[in-house]
Amino acid sequence: MLRFLLRRSLGAIVILLIISAVTFFLFYAIPRNPALLACGKTCTPDQLAIVEANLGIDKPVPVQYWEYMVGIFTGRDYPIGHCPAPCLGYSFTDNRPVLETILDRLPTTLSLAVGGAVVFLVVGLAMGMLAAWRRGTLLDKSLSSASLVLGSMQIYFLGPLALALLVHNNQVFSQPKYEPISEDPMAWFGGLLLPWLVLATIFTANYTRMARATLIEQLREDHVRTARAKGMSRSTVFFRYAWRGSLIPIVTIFGIDLGSLFGGAMITEFTFNLPGLGRLAVDSVTKSNLPMLMGVMLFAATMIVLFNILVDACYALIDPRVRLA
Amino acid sequence: MTTNSPFLTVDDLRVHFSTEDGTVKAVDGLSFEVARGRTLGIVGESGSGKSVATQAILGLHSRETADVSGRITLDGDELTGASERALERLRGNTAAMIFQDPLTALSPYYTVGRQIAEPYRKHRGASRREARERAIEMLGKVGIPHPAQRVDDYPHQFSGGMRQRVMIAMALVCDPDLLIADEPTTALDVTVQAQILDLLMELQQEFGSAIIMITHDLGVIAGVADDVLVMYGGRAVERGTVHEVLAAPRHPYTWGLLTSMPRLTADVDKELVPIAGSPPSLLTPPPGCPFAPRCTFVDEVGDGRCATERPALPEGRGAACHLTEARQRTLFGERIRPRLA
Amino acid sequence: MTTASTAHEGPTGPEEAAGAAGETPPALMTVEGLTKYFPIKGGFPFQRTVGAVKAVDGLDLVVREGESFGLVGESGCGKSTTGRLLARLLEPTGGTLTYRGRDISHAGRKELAPIRSEIQMIFQDPYSSLNPRQTVGSIVGAPLEINGVNPPGGREARVRELMDTVGLNPEHYNRFPHEFSGGQRQRIGVARALALEPRLIIADEPVSALDVSIQAQVINLLRRVQREHGIAFLFIAHDLAVVRHFSQRIAVMYLGKIVEVGDRRAIYERPRHPYTHALLSAVPEVDLGPAMAEDRDAGEDTPKERPPRRERIRLEGDVPSPSAPPSGCRFRTRCWKAQDRCATEEPPLVRIEGNEEGHMTACHFPEAGTVLLE
Repeated sequence: MLRFLLRRSLGAIVILLIISAVTFFLFYAIPRNPALLACGKTCTPDQLAIVEANLGIDKPVPVQYWEYMVGIFTGRDYPIGHCPAPCLGYSFTDNRPVLETILDRLPTTLSLAVGGAVVFLVVGLAMGMLAAWRRGTLLDKSLSSASLVLGSMQIYFLGPLALALLVHNNQVFSQPKYEPISEDPMAWFGGLLLPWLVLATIFTANYTRMARATLIEQLREDHVRTARAKGMSRSTVFFRYAWRGSLIPIVTIFGIDLGSLFGGAMITEFTFNLPGLGRLAVDSVTKSNLPMLMGVMLFAATMIVLFNILVDACYALIDPRVRLA
Repeated sequence: MTTNSPFLTVDDLRVHFSTEDGTVKAVDGLSFEVARGRTLGIVGESGSGKSVATQAILGLHSRETADVSGRITLDGDELTGASERALERLRGNTAAMIFQDPLTALSPYYTVGRQIAEPYRKHRGASRREARERAIEMLGKVGIPHPAQRVDDYPHQFSGGMRQRVMIAMALVCDPDLLIADEPTTALDVTVQAQILDLLMELQQEFGSAIIMITHDLGVIAGVADDVLVMYGGRAVERGTVHEVLAAPRHPYTWGLLTSMPRLTADVDKELVPIAGSPPSLLTPPPGCPFAPRCTFVDEVGDGRCATERPALPEGRGAACHLTEARQRTLFGERIRPRLA
Repeated sequence: MTTASTAHEGPTGPEEAAGAAGETPPALMTVEGLTKYFPIKGGFPFQRTVGAVKAVDGLDLVVREGESFGLVGESGCGKSTTGRLLARLLEPTGGTLTYRGRDISHAGRKELAPIRSEIQMIFQDPYSSLNPRQTVGSIVGAPLEINGVNPPGGREARVRELMDTVGLNPEHYNRFPHEFSGGQRQRIGVARALALEPRLIIADEPVSALDVSIQAQVINLLRRVQREHGIAFLFIAHDLAVVRHFSQRIAVMYLGKIVEVGDRRAIYERPRHPYTHALLSAVPEVDLGPAMAEDRDAGEDTPKERPPRRERIRLEGDVPSPSAPPSGCRFRTRCWKAQDRCATEEPPLVRIEGNEEGHMTACHFPEAGTVLLE
């Protein structure tokens, strides 16, 4: 088990190296010279050279990449400031190490993503179980059709709609805002409730359908029939046997969905104007803040890879065949 | 057949499934009895209804899709129409089941000890500890070495034969009076099959249960059964003691099974005599005898009765066939037995 | 069967005739020291080969022109791998495969191309080995098309002829596999294998997925094809009665090795290897009992109870893992005759004393070789 996790972590490092290299070369290959932007409208070649040196982009790209990677472990000194390890670059637009800004914004995105995931897992799986338990009934059919309708929604459609209907017109929810959980947990909860629901809506439908389908499939499994044949009650058969078997496909899909979950969280915070990583990324693009954009990309990739390792560890918890292999 | 105290009586059992294409008559009018301490072998090919019928005894078919009718009486208790609760009390307790493939029939997520202990706790109200002790005892009984250690292993850590032993331990943990074994050795190698069949017979001696052994293999039937029921197209076509059915079979379908089976002692220069055609559709079964379209003796009966009239299976020893008993014997002696020599 | 000897005195089939005439047909495929190891990956931090499943581990056999050679054994003994090696669907790890005098052990795609049409395979599962989107006509005709064969009268005529040969209605040329029953599907597989008039057909458990009554139809078909077309068969099966019915020479495999090989009579009536003995005695047989010899109107007089069961040899335990086979004789862990020598010295597959010509047994302490099934 420990070996398995260690091996997965090694693999993750290789993946992150590849991602970092690809993003790095992609960004620095774009024709727009960030120094030119930073330098302003009246820019002489001499001034430009100084700005380039300040930004650290006067050297060949591979050398820059190497310095960047070393910086992650040792920290870097820029002409205008120090960037302590782990240094993901230095933003010249707001004169701060990139990571500091990211860590400022992280709690919003993390709250959104984790909270949204809790909502859609609880609601989606519960509805899926209900549909499977009562399969073929009107309840099953209405749950299935409802999930189909909700599943075809998009955040940028649902978000403004909910905002207009439930906040501005009827005041069912308070205006979405981010309040750190450490300062006021109730305000944190109240401010994020609507964004969570909106983010969860598009995922819930998927999980309802999937939980229903895998449960019905599991109920047809031989070992479930055996459990019935030895006199286990319907609920024991359902929850102890069929549900246990459904966890593997559900966890697998959840692992695949992690990327879109973070993507969805970023779109949601943009829709509700919350100060998270999504906004940060969009702002960085409009301001051509390349170091920041690069940092956000790398950070997000790291998070997704880490969560994937966690998902893999879940397999081992669920399935003894994985654990003992 | 010894019929003085039938422990299980199945009378005119029908199991129909509604599908998009129509009603599948998987079992269509089946009657049989099993006495305590006896083994009934039910033999038939795929689609004959043998598994469907026995699962109906334990009420394992979903009420939404399957339409079960007829009477099933176990030890005097009427099972048809019994509540789900009553059936739950019965399953794994008075009547238990062993399935074909022990790899898929055991849950991969729980230790074998837990799976064996579960019915014991439920039906006997045993504590976790008592149930675990019992599981270890049962593992030992079915011949698993080091049961006290293996009790905490998962099914995938056992070999195929050992897994089937675990299945048997699980089925016998509450000392059931009726054991239904559905092709228990089909997925196993021949040397392991022999071990498992021996084990089942030994345990029957010890526990005195009635056993229903479902199989497609006449050889297995010959080895373990006392009585035999031959099924075809959802109906029983022949019934008798194992010796009666194998040594002097009456139904042309049973003859076909015997002549199409390669045997270790048969003359290899003789061609096997297969049964022509394929099994009947269960959606639109032939109106008369289900075997008539494949039967080579239809002309012996004459006047087209085989195609129009469904032959009844007599009580006790006999075959569901329009040929007279005397004719059945003569035809077997003259035409079939020489082919088997 | 009266007695074994009389059955052999009167040559009834072409197979017996060939055997009785004493002319051994030339070797078609010669296998020497064949091995196939499948690597086991593992280790930390980087995966590497930490062991091997020795599926086939030193196999010698000869398949002669036009004969049916049977390969029996329990699951995991390597019989299917052997079949795939002989068809060169797999490349051997070691040893040589000689097909009609040519070494094809490591032959490449191009070298194998002409041989591919001469060696065909029939698979176990008639459901998954046929493409559901192709008509029977195109499935059976595919080998002709791939090899650019244009038989006189055209491909379609040839395919219809093949369908007729295997007992399928040629009018069903344009039907799809799902419109056929399991037995008929296996006939399609046989027709496809016959399309290029092969010299060798490797049939891997061709009837084990079929019901008894259907199984007999396919066995009879294969027997007819084998005799009439003079095609050599490597017939792989776990069912000893089926193999006995189909093959003239039989090899018994255990854990990647042949433990005994010989003609049908030697293997089934005078087996010398304890494993062959155990296998045979484990087969559940329909013993037709004394009523068979009685008057045919025995009906009511038939004894009501079954006769006492035949004495059986019961093997203990399971087959060991092919990744760590026992030292010396592989069967020794389950053998009731095993002694110290068996653990240290691997018995060679040879004609041991008392064996007839062509009967070879790999055992230090063989059985007496008394008549078993008579």
